Amino acid sequence: MSAMHEPSAQQIQNEKLYRQMGMTDEEFERATKMHGRPLNYTETGLFSALWSEHCSYKSSKPVLRKFPTEGTRVLQGPGEGAGIVDIGDNQAVVFKMESHNSPSAIEPFIGAATGAGGVLRDVFSMGARPVALVNSLRFGDLTVARDRYLFEQAVAGIASYGNGMGVPTVAGEVQFDNCYSKRPLVNAMAVGLLNHEDIQKGVASGVGNTVMYVGATTGRDGIHGATMSSAEVSIDEEAPLPVMQAGDPFLEKLLMEACLELVKSDALIGIQDMGAAGLTSSAAEMASKAGYGVELNLNLVPQREAGMTAYEMMLSESQERMLIVVKKGHEQEVKDICAKYSINAVPIGRVTDDKMLRLLHKGEIVAEVVADALAEDAPVYHKKSEEPAYFKRFQAMPSQEPKIEDTNETLRALLQRPTIASKEWVYNQFDTQARANTIVAPGSSAGVIRITGTNKGLAMTADCNSRFVYLDPEVGGKIAIAEATRNLVCSGAEPIAVTDCLNFGSADKPEVFWQFEQSAKGISEACIQLNAPVISGNVSLSNEVNGVPVYPTPTIGMVGLVHDLDHVTTTEFKNAEDIIYLIGETKTEFGGSELQQMIDGEIFGKAPAIDLDIEASRQRNLLRAIQKGIVVSATDVSEGGFAVALCEKAFGADKLGADVQLIGSAITQLFSETQSRFLVTVSKDNAADFEEMVADALEIGVVTATNRLKIRDESNNVLIEDSVAELRSLWKGAIQCLLNSEA
Amino acid sequence: MKFAVVVFPGTSCEVDMLHAITEIVGQEAEVVWHSEADLEKFDGVLIPTGAAYGNYLRPGALARSSVIVESLRAFATTGKPIVGVGNGFHILVEIGLLPGAFLHNPSLKFTSGNSELIVENTDSMFTKNYTTGQKITVPYAHEFGSYFVEDDIAIELNNTNRIVFRYADNKTVNSTQAIAGVLNEAGNILGMLSLPERAVEDILGGTDGLALFTSILKRWNENNVSHA
Repeated sequence: MSAMHEPSAQQIQNEKLYRQMGMTDEEFERATKMHGRPLNYTETGLFSALWSEHCSYKSSKPVLRKFPTEGTRVLQGPGEGAGIVDIGDNQAVVFKMESHNSPSAIEPFIGAATGAGGVLRDVFSMGARPVALVNSLRFGDLTVARDRYLFEQAVAGIASYGNGMGVPTVAGEVQFDNCYSKRPLVNAMAVGLLNHEDIQKGVASGVGNTVMYVGATTGRDGIHGATMSSAEVSIDEEAPLPVMQAGDPFLEKLLMEACLELVKSDALIGIQDMGAAGLTSSAAEMASKAGYGVELNLNLVPQREAGMTAYEMMLSESQERMLIVVKKGHEQEVKDICAKYSINAVPIGRVTDDKMLRLLHKGEIVAEVVADALAEDAPVYHKKSEEPAYFKRFQAMPSQEPKIEDTNETLRALLQRPTIASKEWVYNQFDTQARANTIVAPGSSAGVIRITGTNKGLAMTADCNSRFVYLDPEVGGKIAIAEATRNLVCSGAEPIAVTDCLNFGSADKPEVFWQFEQSAKGISEACIQLNAPVISGNVSLSNEVNGVPVYPTPTIGMVGLVHDLDHVTTTEFKNAEDIIYLIGETKTEFGGSELQQMIDGEIFGKAPAIDLDIEASRQRNLLRAIQKGIVVSATDVSEGGFAVALCEKAFGADKLGADVQLIGSAITQLFSETQSRFLVTVSKDNAADFEEMVADALEIGVVTATNRLKIRDESNNVLIEDSVAELRSLWKGAIQCLLNSEA
Repeated sequence: MKFAVVVFPGTSCEVDMLHAITEIVGQEAEVVWHSEADLEKFDGVLIPTGAAYGNYLRPGALARSSVIVESLRAFATTGKPIVGVGNGFHILVEIGLLPGAFLHNPSLKFTSGNSELIVENTDSMFTKNYTTGQKITVPYAHEFGSYFVEDDIAIELNNTNRIVFRYADNKTVNSTQAIAGVLNEAGNILGMLSLPERAVEDILGGTDGLALFTSILKRWNENNVSHA
């Protein structure tokens, strides 16, 4: 389409053409009013993109404002590319999680790859060197061919980008449930490190300073991606594909090295990724944040295709691009640095004092809008919220044990559930050790990398049990935070901050919005209680297939500080004769459990209860014991309950088993998913010290040198007796086995 | 001893190599960008892994046209050591300093993990500090890991003692004759897909790669003493 064929301002208004760009009548009216004159085609495009849910958070803002975002370590909270937290020694950790759900539902390889690419740019645009990747993935249960395809391709896509960039993937989670069938969730988190003086922000300040375009050329790919991400994708395999942006990790690697060199130069004033809504969002937001204006000459934009219009250039989501502002006169310095990496660095505009975003193309002003209006003044919606009918029904259900015949066979079946099974099939496709700092690779509670030049480390994890969130969003939100902190504590780290990726159905559904509000409330409470502020995040609404929303899935990404690498602790047993302790009592809580889903084919009832006071004090005590060096191995008890956690401790060890005795009802003790529980081992010599430090730890048995797992009840009846090697082999092979099935 | 760590656009694991050499082996190492032509001042050259030129066309193929390749060829004739690991091995094969070619892993997927290697010969300047038949554990991370040479070359490599490492279990990569590490004819160039620089510290999972670097150093020390 050329500029000549674009509809006139009159036509856009009369024929309501803005609706095709996802704007409502009210929004168009609001934008026109702010603008003071009719919006032309390009201007309408700018508003529609920046006022999309994806860019403006117009529906979620009132809820997000309630998150605790401050803390003594927080250097940068939400609002920039990524959040920043102080870790001492003049260093800081930078991190952010992002969703790429819609693109991954359509073209999983490219969608997942560009998800990883985008979140890496968010981190290095802050001036930080990315040092690790974490991901959180959700798919249908692999019984449907389309879901197997989505799973295989999304994993391969993330691998291609992360591996190509040389950034290790050190942690992650994958869960399977048919609520995600054909609508996967692909959340990627990047973690970077920097020195305080290198912190960059996305600002365009200083009248006369030069706006430069750095990186890949602009093509017609991904036009209106932000708007697309804000709408429900109709999963019709016959439908023509939207224009999707493709990624190139090689180009991004060059862009990253150039940007990290630019950060060290004196030339740079501000830098921002051209992510969702590309040039529009970066230019408008950088101007708005700094209180200045920006004028761009689009003739100068490096273009991949001939005849691109202003509209197309502004709304393209071509990947691997950055917008930077440099001190006037320092352009050559920037060009020289970029030339080393063979990437474009072109002056395309300047900073002005009139607070306008002005676009010139072919000698004409093609758009002229108030930058704040685009970036800041999107309407804010207070969506209708309504408790869904299911909630009361579930709350009224009594807690009861599922009926099972054979506990041993049940354990075997649970270990082969894809959510519980080993994720080796996934993480073996990632380079987990690039940069040679990975102390704990995927497969333990959290991934841990060391911080070169210090004796400290960073632990990281991503967690969310969306079944609990569905049954009770507030409790489920609390559990998501608590589980993430548990994973960090078990690894020997002090949790320091949170990034989130809030994946929900359509906010226009009052029941979905209620889930969103309630889970945010739970998250906030838990963040305060567990001392972990939210420093960055992302909202993904409209995750629905044929009008049915996925389970509410507020994924929590968390980073913890390991104060001394000697504190690093892993899941697996280490020595025979060590004492096994279970911390926390076990109640009959099967609502949303893996066992319930396996037996009944659905979830119902109450989510497990959580008492944040108990959670906090238990975590504090356990972390102290770990830091004192008296805990040999630690893991939390999560999906599948005690028996699965015990297996995981044996699976990672070489030729070790366990002999334990449980008091109470067998099925509850073995498989209930009661919260705030840990399973640890301690040497006999340190047992007394440990019991003193962790009051609610119960000695339940010993690590044995037999490579057998033996669980007895209080009358010494054997509940489970099995070969660790056989159980391990079932657990390891389950995902490959599901992928091989032909159904 | 002073090493050059050669970096092409897209190379990502020079940090692993620099750390191993400077912090653990205790020698000097310097990053040399691919457009530089001078390798003369170095006593050894290391080509780390990553994805040079994004692995476009074939892994290592585009690196062949870099300026530094002529210097590498010249360096090779001096008899000083050159080691290419992972993608660095791909590059050495593509520029013709080592024989063979690479195919996709049998899984057709990128794969990472720990490989168990058998030290086949301790005569080389890279393996003096190992023992023959020793099993060592070294990490790997690659998508094009299946090393292929034609039968007659494989026989020649065998006869001339140029196979220094073999895989204990060849199924991940399915290399010709389970070859995991190979020398050039003169014996001063080693290519291997496994990554010894990631196996030099207990805290990262083991130190079985360390002897490769100390072997190089040992040889260098011997030469420098005898030439003094």
